[in-house]
Amino acid sequence: MIPVKFDYVHAATVDQAIKLMQDSDGTGKVIAGGHSLLPLMKFRLTEPDVLIDISRIDQLKEVKVEGERLIVGALVTHHDASKHPLIQAHVPLLADTASQIGDLQIRNRGTIGGNLAHADPAADLPAAAFALDAEIIIQGEDGEERMSVDSFIIGPLITMLPENSLVTGVSFSIPPSHAKSVYLKYFHPASGYPVVGVAAMAGTDKAGAIDYIKVALTGVGDVAFRAESVEQTLLGQKPSEKMIREAARLAAEEGEMGSDLFASAEYRENLCKVYTERALRSILL
Amino acid sequence: MANVVGTPLKRKEDPRLLTGNGRFSDDIQLPGMLHAAILRSPHAHAHIKKINAEAALKLPQVVAVYTGKDLEGKIGPIPSSWLVPDCNLKEAPQYPLAIDRVRYVGDGVALVIAEDRYAVRDALDLIDVEYEALPAAVRQKEAMQEGAPLVHDDIEHNIALHWKAGEIADEVLESAEVVVRESFYVQRVFPSPIETRAAIGEYNPGSGELTLWCTSQNPHIHRMVLSGVLGISEAKLRVIAPDMGGGFGGKIGVYPDEALIGYAARDLGRPVKWIEQRSEHFTASNAGRDEVIDVELYGQRDGALTAIRVKNTANLGAYLSTMGPGVATIDFGLMITGAYDIPHASCETFGVYTNTTPTDAYRGAGKPEATYQIERIIDLYAREIGMDPVELRRKNFAPKEAFPYTNAQGLIYDSGDYEKPLQKALEIVNYEQLRQEQEEMRKQGKLIGVGISTYVELCGFGPSKVAGAIGFQGGVWENSTVRVHPSGKVTVYSGTSPHGQGHATTFGQIVADKLGIPMDDIELVFSDTRAISMSWGTYGSRSTPVGGAAVAIAADRVVEKAKKIAAHELEAAADDIIFESGIFQVKGVPGQQRTFQEIAKAANMAWNLPEGMEPSLEAQSFFDPENFVYPFGTHIVVVEVDKETGEIQMKRYVCVDDVGRVINPLTAEGQVHGGIAQGVGQALWEGAVYSSEGQLLSGTLMDYTLPKARFFPPIESSFTETPSPVNPLGAKGVGETGTTASIPAVMNAVMDALKPYGVKDIDMPLTPEKVWRVIQEGEGN
Ligand SMILES: Cc1cc2nc3c(=O)[nH]c(=O)nc-3n(C[C@H](O)[C@H](O)[C@H](O)COP(=O)(O)OP(=O)(O)OC[C@H]3O[C@@H](n4cnc5c(N)ncnc54)[C@H](O)[C@@H]3O)c2cc1C
Repeated sequence: MIPVKFDYVHAATVDQAIKLMQDSDGTGKVIAGGHSLLPLMKFRLTEPDVLIDISRIDQLKEVKVEGERLIVGALVTHHDASKHPLIQAHVPLLADTASQIGDLQIRNRGTIGGNLAHADPAADLPAAAFALDAEIIIQGEDGEERMSVDSFIIGPLITMLPENSLVTGVSFSIPPSHAKSVYLKYFHPASGYPVVGVAAMAGTDKAGAIDYIKVALTGVGDVAFRAESVEQTLLGQKPSEKMIREAARLAAEEGEMGSDLFASAEYRENLCKVYTERALRSILL
Repeated sequence: MANVVGTPLKRKEDPRLLTGNGRFSDDIQLPGMLHAAILRSPHAHAHIKKINAEAALKLPQVVAVYTGKDLEGKIGPIPSSWLVPDCNLKEAPQYPLAIDRVRYVGDGVALVIAEDRYAVRDALDLIDVEYEALPAAVRQKEAMQEGAPLVHDDIEHNIALHWKAGEIADEVLESAEVVVRESFYVQRVFPSPIETRAAIGEYNPGSGELTLWCTSQNPHIHRMVLSGVLGISEAKLRVIAPDMGGGFGGKIGVYPDEALIGYAARDLGRPVKWIEQRSEHFTASNAGRDEVIDVELYGQRDGALTAIRVKNTANLGAYLSTMGPGVATIDFGLMITGAYDIPHASCETFGVYTNTTPTDAYRGAGKPEATYQIERIIDLYAREIGMDPVELRRKNFAPKEAFPYTNAQGLIYDSGDYEKPLQKALEIVNYEQLRQEQEEMRKQGKLIGVGISTYVELCGFGPSKVAGAIGFQGGVWENSTVRVHPSGKVTVYSGTSPHGQGHATTFGQIVADKLGIPMDDIELVFSDTRAISMSWGTYGSRSTPVGGAAVAIAADRVVEKAKKIAAHELEAAADDIIFESGIFQVKGVPGQQRTFQEIAKAANMAWNLPEGMEPSLEAQSFFDPENFVYPFGTHIVVVEVDKETGEIQMKRYVCVDDVGRVINPLTAEGQVHGGIAQGVGQALWEGAVYSSEGQLLSGTLMDYTLPKARFFPPIESSFTETPSPVNPLGAKGVGETGTTASIPAVMNAVMDALKPYGVKDIDMPLTPEKVWRVIQEGEGN
């Protein structure tokens, strides 16, 4: 488990990081928590010439409210995300999801920005990001831009991150205060990554009808997805066991099921339905 | 101090290990040390056409590259150490590096030596090997078929051995009212110790001595075998096993790798270190199990079992490992009747070569497989005749009065009372009530299952003449020296080689009681062939019943001599001396006494010893037990299966084990817990998956599920004590019981939960998807 030889530099600012990337001419890689990058390097699946360490750029560790949205700095660790008062108060789904990533050591090192930039199809965070209509905040050679998470993550380990740019933060929409949320995860017994992870938020109006609902799934295929059919079926309805069960049947509709040694596509599809049903029951009944 | 045997002392080893003061192989740094890596075959089966190491050798830090051809005639093949007789055993030579053909993914192709770890790893990528891929034989039953690819050209049908034990007359089979048949697959698993294997060689050109530190459960076996392979006198080969992070059987074997490191250190005249990588471990270290077991259980409607007929087709991998041939034959075939008085038994075993990593002894070695088939089939039999599985077991137990009990295959079980732990376990789980609850839950649509295993296993091999008769290329006795220093502090040498079991604690307890001295006055020395006389190491749950017994005997001898010295000093007859809690006293004369420490000094000074007595206080023992020991017990597992996902949750795990006299209940329980974790791992999570080309698909810990603490409910462990008559401690083995018992207990529980669907067997591991599919089918979806 020894990577090929590489250089290491650390960037004090975002601008400096971008400059260092430009200098490396495509052979450098940004390292944040290192918990996805280093395993790949040790397997020699990726062989950067230089690691540009951004982990000490304090500006990327901030969490703040901006109108209807919560901005979480790219370097906020999973552990901090799970404990941060602003996150717990405004987007508890993110806190819940982050608290179920890996184990304590991983949560102490892994970062929100790194998790999304890495675009691992088996990662937990994309579910919350999709459900919370996240926008990825990117700083590049030509300044800042924002990209919705579904246009940012386009395939397994593939993103639309432009060359020589950095994810500086993620902006999450703050759900209405009456919405409840849950992240329900089926842990892969070996890796601890989700075989399926369901991020669900929902709330009902005074009459008891569902007036807010977001459901997103991760882990099952190449990319996370929003279960729009489920959302549409339930929106405006009064929740009942039967209603939820029927809606949850559609949980795999928008996704493509992957298959591996542990779980076939057919079984994953079943898990999508069962876990979506259970997630929705827990917040709606 | 006295009576520490039987008390739950905390492990003496732990403070050192937990504070980072252990000394594991990778902690060893020697001046001028080089680093080694082994290039391994990516093909399951291929001709080696050409090896070009030029680019690697051009790296400035690379010192040498050896190929199989370079070593031809310089290092001998690695022999198997269990040449099972009367089975037409065909041993194919395994050279330390493949010469012209690789036979499994992971087969060594080249040895690279460099100044540092990084360079040696870089060099691996620069060696160019031209292979011509060949079709591979992967699964044992297919490998035996006509026309299957041959792993070794001269070994027909890939059959390495064909072994039989026991015969059943046709009348017996014909007179049975009931026959239950099933085919079980005890899948291949990886021992996966938390520390991978390692070897460090250092050669002293002046003395001609080669020192080899390596992750060995049995340094003396390593020395014996490697001295032959390397052509070096045993007197000049020193093997040391440093602290080790587990073994589970995977570190019994003498591997090509240790031979290579010893060779390179001698050839280059510099120390060489090799640390196995985790991903390397999956293909380069011997695996466990991989046996297809076809079983037929015969008997009457009333539950009287009359005969068991078993066929085991075992995947031995590409070469015979150190213990490999004995596992599916002797270890398995003689134990197929389990705890039951089944009068007739026969076993036929085929050992098959395939293009996979060799298999070897793994925690339990053959006994878990034997227990698995009998404990599973007896449940199916109970189901067939509509009897409670507990009742059927009870009805057929070898009765308490019959001990020492001779089973149908001729083994003599030393002592036993199978009813005792069963009864206790039933009480702990509240069996009757549990069954009622299960019924009620079933009515509510919940799948609750109760699984039982009433196992017996053989361990603590002995005597050596039996080992010889069954083809084991070694003895099975143990040795110990108890050396008393002038201060009365004691060093104890033992031939067992602990690697996590806690012998320093348990053996210390034995000595503390015998000599009446504090635990802190006792140091244990293990695992160094220079310090310790010939002995055979740690495996097969032999350390306490054989090694611990040797320690006890040596300590007794020390006391015997000390008594004579005390008698001499106190001017009494030796017979009149009583020794208690470290004090020698003249019977009936209080005050007339010597402490153990005083006698230690007297013996070592030798100013005033009885006429003709040799100085010093030290004794050695060589203990060859008269028989194996047979621990037994009952494990009961309660599971709930999630109907919608097939996920299995263990609700309760109750075990009552009888391992004879318990030296330390805390460490014994630790062994039981670890054993259970590995057994349940086999049942529910672990399993090697090979493609039809022989590629290992489950070769990382991201795919291969090791059991984790959070998967388990609290284990409710307790013991009953039925002493063994075959050693002075009355102790039996405890290291493998948990594994042996738990695999069928968990499987029976899940099968019981799925009983409404009529399913009889699912191949292990019981992944949720497999279970879900059975439920789907059962529900007609
Ligand atoms: C044993 C283990 C178990 C794990 N279990 C889980 C789990 O259950 N669920 C889960 O979701 N994750 C899991 N992870 C992954 C963990 O969450 C990662 O740490 C995280 O996904 C990546 O964050 P990082 O900061 O470590 O990224 P790094 O490893 O530093 O980087 C990952 C990639 O993203 C790029 N990158 C990082 N930060 C930025 C940035 N700000 N801008 C642009 N590019 C960037 C890097 O160049 C690299 O390509 C596990 C990891 C390990 C080692």
